[in-house]
Amino acid sequence: MTTSLEKPDVRPVPEGHVRLTIDGEEVDAPKGELIIRSCERLGIIIPRFCDHPLLAPAGACRQCLVEVEMGGRPMPKPQASCTMTVADGMVVKTQHSSPVAQKAQEGVMELLLINHPLDCPICDKGGECPLQNQAMSTGRTDSRFVDEKRTFPKPLAISTQVLLDRERCVLCQRCTRFSEQIAGDPFIDLLERGALQQIGVAQDKPFQSYFSGNTIQICPVGALTSAAYRFRSRPFDLVSTPSVCEHCACGSAMRTDTRRGVVLRRLAGNDPEVNEEWIPDKSRFAFRYLTSAGRITRPMVRGSDGALTETSWTDALRVAAEGLLAAREGGIGVLAGGRLTVEDAYAYAKFARLAAGTNDIDSRARPHSAEELDFLGAHVVGNGPERLSYTRLEAAPAVLCVALEPEEEAPVVFLRLRKAAQKRRQKVFHLGQWTTPAVLRTAVELGSTEPAARDGLIRAVPGAEAAVLTELADVAPHVVEALTGGGVILVGERAAEVPGLFTAAARLAERTGAVIGWVPRRAGERGAVEAGALPTLLPGGRPVADAAARAEVEQAWGLPAGTLPATPGRSTAEMLAAAAAGELAALVVGGVDPFDLPDPAVALEALRNVGFLVSLELHTSAVTELADVVLPVAPDAQRSGSYLNWEGRRVRFGPALDASGVLPDCRVLDTLAVEMDVDLFTQTPAAAANELERLGRHVGVAPPAPSVDPAEPLRPRFFGQAVLATWRQLLDESSLAVDEPALAGTARPAQLRCNPATAQRLGLVAGAPGTVRTERGTITLPVVFADLPDGVVWLPANSPGSQVRGTLGVGHGDLVGVSA
Amino acid sequence: MFDFFKGFGVTFSTMFKKVVTEEYPEDFPPAAPRYHGRHQLNRHPDGLEKCVGCELCAWACPADAIYVEGGDNTEEARYSPGERYGAIYQINYLRCIGCGLCIEACPTRSLTMTNFYELADDNRQDLIFTKEQLLAPLLPGMEQPPHPMRLGDDEQDYYVQGPTLARRSDVADAVGEQVR
Repeated sequence: MTTSLEKPDVRPVPEGHVRLTIDGEEVDAPKGELIIRSCERLGIIIPRFCDHPLLAPAGACRQCLVEVEMGGRPMPKPQASCTMTVADGMVVKTQHSSPVAQKAQEGVMELLLINHPLDCPICDKGGECPLQNQAMSTGRTDSRFVDEKRTFPKPLAISTQVLLDRERCVLCQRCTRFSEQIAGDPFIDLLERGALQQIGVAQDKPFQSYFSGNTIQICPVGALTSAAYRFRSRPFDLVSTPSVCEHCACGSAMRTDTRRGVVLRRLAGNDPEVNEEWIPDKSRFAFRYLTSAGRITRPMVRGSDGALTETSWTDALRVAAEGLLAAREGGIGVLAGGRLTVEDAYAYAKFARLAAGTNDIDSRARPHSAEELDFLGAHVVGNGPERLSYTRLEAAPAVLCVALEPEEEAPVVFLRLRKAAQKRRQKVFHLGQWTTPAVLRTAVELGSTEPAARDGLIRAVPGAEAAVLTELADVAPHVVEALTGGGVILVGERAAEVPGLFTAAARLAERTGAVIGWVPRRAGERGAVEAGALPTLLPGGRPVADAAARAEVEQAWGLPAGTLPATPGRSTAEMLAAAAAGELAALVVGGVDPFDLPDPAVALEALRNVGFLVSLELHTSAVTELADVVLPVAPDAQRSGSYLNWEGRRVRFGPALDASGVLPDCRVLDTLAVEMDVDLFTQTPAAAANELERLGRHVGVAPPAPSVDPAEPLRPRFFGQAVLATWRQLLDESSLAVDEPALAGTARPAQLRCNPATAQRLGLVAGAPGTVRTERGTITLPVVFADLPDGVVWLPANSPGSQVRGTLGVGHGDLVGVSA
Repeated sequence: MFDFFKGFGVTFSTMFKKVVTEEYPEDFPPAAPRYHGRHQLNRHPDGLEKCVGCELCAWACPADAIYVEGGDNTEEARYSPGERYGAIYQINYLRCIGCGLCIEACPTRSLTMTNFYELADDNRQDLIFTKEQLLAPLLPGMEQPPHPMRLGDDEQDYYVQGPTLARRSDVADAVGEQVR
C-alpha cells in the first residue's frame, strides 16, 4: 500500500516525435521537421524568402533567423529556421519573444533592401510582394544606407516569356532551385561573385523550359516577371477565381485572375493531390484564345449565296434542326472532339442516341483504333483515383511509359515522375525512340544522366513497340523485374497508332501485376469515355452491345424499351469515310480540327461531301468554313463544368468571367434537340452532371479485353526511305495557344532527328536542312542527331513548319522518303 | 414698433459693409490656393508624361473614382521616361469626393489638383474624364508624346534633376498646376 506521490502524468511524446519549446510553448513535432514548419503549425510566421515547402532547404536569404537553445546552452548566433530541424529539448525563440532574433531579422532585411530599388509603383509584384509585406511587418522603419544602389540594365529577357530585373533580386535562389529540383532544366543559375552575384542564363542558351512560369510565381520579389502580364494590372483590381486547366488531361488546379471581363493572367492553384503548386507554361499563358480575332460569338447560317451570315439563335437552331431531321433517315454522325467537359460529352452522347438515333458518335479526334475501344472499355472506364492516382504513381517503385512522352503530352505527370525518380529513386522506363529530355530528367541520378538514361529507354522502331512489349522479358528483363510488384504502366493515346500495343501493354500489366493507366493528351478524352461519347460505350461505361445495359439507360432516360440503337456505332475514321463516300447525310462536329485526324484529306473531303454539317465551335476553323450552321459555344472561362483527368478524378470549375451571352455545348445541344422534338434535359452543366451521376456505373460483365496481335513493323525498302516517328511537342501550333507569341518563343525548335549512321546513309548533315517527303508533300527542317534506331527519323507532329498529318498525310510508323 | 427699426437697422448697416455675394456666372473668382478642384496629369519639362500607370491613385481612392491601366513604353512610342506609362487614365467626377488621397499616393507627383471647380454636366458620360482631358496643356518647349527622352538617358535623370529643371528659367514650368 503506497500512496502515489508521483508527479501528475506527463503527456508522453508520440512515437517519431520530439518535444521542443517555441516561444515558451511546448510543442511535439515529427522528427526531421524544419523549425519554420513547426512554427507555422503554431501560427507563428517567421519571415522568409528562400524557403518553399516543395523545394529543398537552402538557407540562402537568412531572413528566417531565430534564437535557438540546445540542451540549455544557447547557440552562439541566431540560426536559420528554414534549414534547422527540430530536436528534443530544443528551445526556439522567434522574433516575437527574442530581441536577438528580431534584431537579426531587421538587420538582414535592411541588407536585402540596400540594393533593392524603390520601384514598387511600377513593379508587377507590388501589392502581392513578400518582400514588401515582410519589410513592413519585420523590417526597420528606415535604412542607414546612404550610398548609391547597385543597378543593372533592366529588364533582361531570359526567354521570350520571362523577364529578369536583376536589381530587384534578393538571391533567394528559388528559381534556380525550382529549375534544378522540380523541372530539371537548369538553364537559369547564379553568376558572378560577391556584390555582383546575380541570376542569369548562359549566353547561347535562353531559359527554355516548359515550366518557367512557375519561377515567376514563386519569385518572392518582382525580379522575375512575365512578358505577357508585365504592367497589365495591379493585384488589387484583379478578381480571382479557382479554375482548372483545359489544355491537358492532368487536371491541374489553377487560379484565373480577371479584370473587367478580361482574363489577365492565370496562376497555378494548390492541389497537393494533383499538380502540387506547379503548372506548365501552356496552362499558365495560353489563354489569349478567349479574345482572339477568330472567336465566334454569333450563330451563323450558310445562305443561298453560299456565304455564312450571322443570324439569331432561333433562326440558326431552326435551320440546324430542320437539316438534321431531314438527314436522320440517311444517318447522322457526331464527332465530339476531345476537349469537352464531362457534362458536354454526356450531352453529345445523349444527343447522338436520342436526337440522331444512332451510336455513330466518337470523341477521338486523333488516330484511333478498335483495339483502343476495347482497351478503354476493359481497363479505363469506371476507374478513379482510388486505383491509380498521382500519389500511387509517385509511390510506385517503377513506371513504364508506353507511347507517352510525359513532358510533352502530360507535363504534370512528368513532374511527378521526376519527383519520384529524384526522391524515391523510382525507376522510370520509356518505350520510345530516342533519349528525349524527359528520359534524361526522369533518370534516377541527376548529373550522371547518360548510363542511367540509357537504362531507362527501351528503344523500338516505330510500329514495333507492341512486339517489344510482348517480348519484354527477353529484351529488357530488368524492366519486367522492376515492374513486378507495384509497378505502373502508363499508356498514351498514341498507342492507338501501333496495332497490338494496347493489348501488349495490358498483357504485360497482367503478367507483372502492374497497374495500367491511360494518359490521353486532351482534357476531355477521359470524361468522354465515362460519358459515353464513344461508338461502343453508353454513359457509365455500359457496352452498347449489352441489352441489360441498354435497358438501364432506357429506363433512366424514360424511353420505351428497345428504343436505343443496338448496333455499335462507327468510329471517327469510319464516319468520315462514309461521309466522304456520300453514305452519311449529316455530321454534327464539336471542336474538331480536321488536321488532327488520321487522314486530313479524307476528313476535309467528308466535310465537303456530307449533305448537312453543323459545327459547334469557339473559333473559325476548317470545319466552320464548310459548315451549314455554326453555333458558338462558351469557353471554359465563361461557364461552369468539370473534367475527368487521366486518373479519373473529377475536377470542377466555375465561370471566371461573366457568362451572359454565351452558352455551353450542353445547353446548345439541348435546345437543338428540343427543336428536333427531343428532350435531353442538359440545359445546364449541373443538370447534365446530376443525370450522369444518377445513371451510375456499369455493373455486370466487363467488356472483353483487347486482343490484337502485334503487326509486323514497316521496314525501309528502298534507298532514301525511313520509318517516321512522331509526336506532338507541348508548345506547338495547337489552336488554343493562338495569339501568344511570348509563349511560342519558348517552344522547342522543330527539328528533324535521326542517328548519325542513318544520316550518313540518307545524306543528311547535322545542322543542315533535311527533307521528309511523301506523295502529298514535304517537310524541311534542320537535322539534329539523336540516338534513334537505324532507319528511323523523328519529326514533331504539329510544330511550325512541321504539320506531319496535314502536310505528309502519314503518321507514326509509316514510311517516308528522306533526303538532304 | 421697436422691432421695425431694429430690422431696418440691420439692412441699413449692411449697406456700408463689404459685399460677400459672389457674382458667380458673370464673375469667376479664383478658389483658395489649395482648393481641391479638378485633377491634372502633369508633364516633364519636355512634354513626356509623369504618370507611370502605377494605379496607386486608384488604390488610394476611397470612392473608386479612378481607373488606370498601365502600358509598356517602347523605343518607338515613348510616353513617359522609364518602362511604364499610364495607357488608360480615367477619373469619374460623379464619384470623386475631392478628398485628395490620390494626390498623396502619387509617387511621381504626376497627379495634382487644380483650382478648377466647374464640374457639372447634364449627362454621366461627359463626367468621366479621360487621359486626354486630364493631361496638363503643353507649355512652350514641351512636345506632344510619344517622343524620345530629351532631358537625359534614363528616367533617373528626369527624377533626380527634376527640381533643378523646374527652377531653370529656360525650361517651361514643369508643374503648371494652375489651369487658369
